[in-house]
Amino acid sequence: MNDAPAPLGLTDHEAYSLPLDKIDVSQGRLFQNQLHLPYFERLRREDPVHYCADSQFGPYWSITKYNDIVAVDSNNKVFSSASEFGGITIRDRRPEVRRESFIAMDAPRHDDQRKAVSPIVAPQNLARMEAGIRERAGKVLDNLPRGEKFNWVEKVSVELTTQMLAILFDFPWEDRHLLTRWSDVATADIAAGVVKTEEEREEILAECLAYFTRLWNERVNADMQPDLLSMMAHSPATRNMTPDQFLGNLILLIVGGNDTTRNSMSGSVLFMHRNPDQFAKLKANPALLDSAVPEIIRYQTPLSHMRRTALEDQEIGGKVIKKGDKVVMWYCSGNRDDTAIENPNAFIIDRKRPRQHLSFGFGIHRCVGNRLAEMQLKIVWEEILKRFDRIDVVGPETRVFSSFVHGIEDLPVIISG
Amino acid sequence: MPHVTFIEHNGTAHTVEAVIGKSLMEAAVDNSVPGIDADCGGACACATCHVFVAPEWEAKTGTRNEAEVAMLNFAAEVKPNSRLSCQIEITAAHDGLVVHMPDGQH
Repeated sequence: MNDAPAPLGLTDHEAYSLPLDKIDVSQGRLFQNQLHLPYFERLRREDPVHYCADSQFGPYWSITKYNDIVAVDSNNKVFSSASEFGGITIRDRRPEVRRESFIAMDAPRHDDQRKAVSPIVAPQNLARMEAGIRERAGKVLDNLPRGEKFNWVEKVSVELTTQMLAILFDFPWEDRHLLTRWSDVATADIAAGVVKTEEEREEILAECLAYFTRLWNERVNADMQPDLLSMMAHSPATRNMTPDQFLGNLILLIVGGNDTTRNSMSGSVLFMHRNPDQFAKLKANPALLDSAVPEIIRYQTPLSHMRRTALEDQEIGGKVIKKGDKVVMWYCSGNRDDTAIENPNAFIIDRKRPRQHLSFGFGIHRCVGNRLAEMQLKIVWEEILKRFDRIDVVGPETRVFSSFVHGIEDLPVIISG
Repeated sequence: MPHVTFIEHNGTAHTVEAVIGKSLMEAAVDNSVPGIDADCGGACACATCHVFVAPEWEAKTGTRNEAEVAMLNFAAEVKPNSRLSCQIEITAAHDGLVVHMPDGQH
């Protein structure tokens, strides 16, 4: 049993009966209700490089097959991430609220800024952080309610990833929940209600900028420390950023380090619950976590897509994408492409070559924190297996209204006492 | 068939048979050599099959291509002899090749 396309119901019927040119996979409601997969299954089969002429985000191309996504993602000369063309999400932000960050930047500036912060996840730093991650995970798990219902997302996923982020920024511990708030505000679809207007979003993000500017000013004059802010303050590539670029990079690091791992951590509990045979296998052999962790990340695909803008005409999968066109790589679809991944709709913790998935992206923008994310997931599951017989999901999950962040807001669980 | 040796960061050596025409990365993955992740499966799009080619072998393994340079740019521990093993195609001349591996693949 799994998350795969549900038995044919009314909405699935629509996925298969709509004329192709009416298919618009950008709608947040599809992802919120887990109805998106049948649409992508149809596109992969009938129109893998699909043009949607009219959507709330304007016209866009959908790239739905694994190999085509790798081709687009690794061709950064033709497919730009730059914020001046609209950046890396399907939503074009209004020019006045558009800001740069190194994910929304092309080479060579991207390269220099990325290299300013990437040492935070170098092997020696990961090794340095491991014991702390384990200790914090153990503490959170030990304090969970037993025999009563609680929201796993709030008590575990959000708490642990927020703590991790506070450590990475060396952020004041007592204020760490602000990081989660800013992450949610930065990515929320207006229709989801986290913020009601773009103006409200900008007001809250201005508070984020002000808070971090205070920290920056302390660190820029202090000795270099292994935290993200000090690294940016002391690197030639990033120490003279405009306030807008600083905020752009902060949001990138906060969302990248928070939302994604949070949702994989929540998804993993759901997948184990729905696939008791896989959970039994893991319990019998915790060493399988080495393959279970990438499988969780594939299966969740915490960011459903990344977007590029074509800088010149380019053929992909037999279609000609024109200069200036918006191109959306649907990682959530490529990760279910049966021409690249065997039996992709099944959650299999010991599958062959589990690391071959698209969730981290490929090419120069590949997720910088991928190994840290994997380490956090591995440790939390090692600590779960030491403590709990099982985690029962006792009600339907509530998901995020978004075609970008593939998130879970509420996952009611009970751990028997 | 040529034999190639992968040496882990901790010094453990793995000598395996490589297949002419396949990549050095595949020689590691097909023989379950730990430490070569090869997340992208050989598309030169992830830098998780990073190796250091022993100096005496550099002439026979060639030089980095453009895409490889771009990906290696972000690896954690890049040296002048860093290569992505998916970009080295095995030939008969590679019998005896020795490569070292970094501390981790990113």
